[in-house]
Amino acid sequence: MLSYTGCHCGASAVAFKAKLGGATMAEKKIIDGRGSFCPGPLMELIGVLKMSQIGDELEVLSNDKGSAKDIPEWAHKVGHEHVGTREEGGVWHITVKKTK
Amino acid sequence: MAVQKICVVVVSGSRERLQMAAMAASVAAVSGIEVTIFLSMNAVPYFIKGAADDAPSEGSFGDLLVKKKAPDFKTLFRQAVELGDAKILPCSMALDIAGIETDTLEPFVGEPTGLAAFLTAAADAQVWTF
Repeated sequence: MLSYTGCHCGASAVAFKAKLGGATMAEKKIIDGRGSFCPGPLMELIGVLKMSQIGDELEVLSNDKGSAKDIPEWAHKVGHEHVGTREEGGVWHITVKKTK
Repeated sequence: MAVQKICVVVVSGSRERLQMAAMAASVAAVSGIEVTIFLSMNAVPYFIKGAADDAPSEGSFGDLLVKKKAPDFKTLFRQAVELGDAKILPCSMALDIAGIETDTLEPFVGEPTGLAAFLTAAADAQVWTF
């Protein structure tokens, strides 16, 4: 089932349920932070993260180079898992897993 | 040793300084650092309910912030409070001089605070001034 959730910055976040390993149903959420600049995408991620469950994966879309470096750094600092970052056509896809 | 407590003193009314203060405060607050923001002088009027956030630019970069639609400083300050539990404390002297009543300030702004109380909060913190 596909559902849409809002966040503090007005960026769109698309959430869908998917098995992300293990028996529990975690959610994968996509946060569209394109067009925003640092720290906008990070703050948008945190807004959605606060409403998420442990195990959920959040993928931030950003065309801001600074956020592509800063979001993994933030995740490492506060103890969430940086799953990976990839760049496609000038858009970075930065995935963070909520671990606590 | 990592800094665990930061006091951000904001006295400027220029866009660049307000933006930098808001960026530093919000990211610090959501990174597990205890953040206290002390508002005084020209920064205070921007935190009256409904006040526009179109602060004058010091230089060309301030205009670029608007043109490129960088996150506005008031949103970042609010997020510092809502997402990172930062405290925003208006200077009681500045409110008195400007004739600003506490209940006219944005809801994310805390209680008026004097310098004695601020100095107590800042005693074991790094202090950044904008």
